[in-house]
Amino acid sequence: MEHSDKEHPKYFRIFWILLALTIAEVLVVIPDWIPTSVKFILLIGMACSKAAYVALYFMHLKFEQKTLTAIALTPFIICVFLVFMLLPDLMTDARNAEEAKAETHAVDTSH
Amino acid sequence: MSETAAIDHSADVYEPSLTPDSQGKLGMWLFLISDAMSFGALLAAYGAIRAGAAEWAPPSEVLGINLTAFMTFLLICSSVTMVKALEAIQKGNQSRMCTFLGLTILGGLIFLGLQAYEWTALIKHGLTLNEIPHEGLSGAAISGSKLFGPTFYTITGFHGAHVTGGVIYLIVILIQGMRGTYTADYNHKVEILGLYWHFVDLIWIMVFTFVYLL
Repeated sequence: MEHSDKEHPKYFRIFWILLALTIAEVLVVIPDWIPTSVKFILLIGMACSKAAYVALYFMHLKFEQKTLTAIALTPFIICVFLVFMLLPDLMTDARNAEEAKAETHAVDTSH
Repeated sequence: MSETAAIDHSADVYEPSLTPDSQGKLGMWLFLISDAMSFGALLAAYGAIRAGAAEWAPPSEVLGINLTAFMTFLLICSSVTMVKALEAIQKGNQSRMCTFLGLTILGGLIFLGLQAYEWTALIKHGLTLNEIPHEGLSGAAISGSKLFGPTFYTITGFHGAHVTGGVIYLIVILIQGMRGTYTADYNHKVEILGLYWHFVDLIWIMVFTFVYLL
């Protein structure tokens, strides 16, 4: 047991990193004083870091050919495109929702 | 002259594989890449629905994060036992591989059990496919889009189906391992299984962040 752990120490190091990041994620969510945009950036950053550690070390992507890494990254690039494609529609929807809410509020207060 | 040229050309036809040790590994990678796009599309759709909704109930109030944080920890542990199983068989230690595969199965089963418990509790609390609970876990009144339930159950259910498939896959490889199929020189199927299991872990990391934490 000890012999193999000395030969492959990375797995446990990665485990502790993943555990620390998971605890940090939960701690970031709890306090109310952290602005939502900051929470958003921190959480996305930590999730991507955790995913990268799993792919690079547990899935051994770091030790494979670089072409395979490039192919493995394509779904994430496509997903980013998908989000950018949806953004204009999302922003319009959000603005409409805010306006509708403001109108309802105005009607409520006029009574 | 032309014959020699033809022979030289045929020698160039064979390109080195991206995964020279196993073609199956390349096959699994391609499957996982297409599967990642499915999950990516689901999460992007979730984001679009949520951003477009007039109001969205706070996930921490509806779902709670303590149990799922533990489930995340459990999947990370099972990923470690999976890499240790592969490491063991690469050194030719079959019994150690079987022990670690057994622990990985146990992790997967506990995860599924906790997910079933979570779903049951949420349904009882009022989160269904067309309703959201009237009050949150803290007792505060909550309101928001009724699409909360369908998006939540679709994404976590799709992931749960992957974990179920993974546990069956693990059991099959464990049975083969117990029969002595795998050795230090023949273990690529264990590595391919590992790729699938780690992918399930990776996807849960994203689901946990997008659905529970944000």
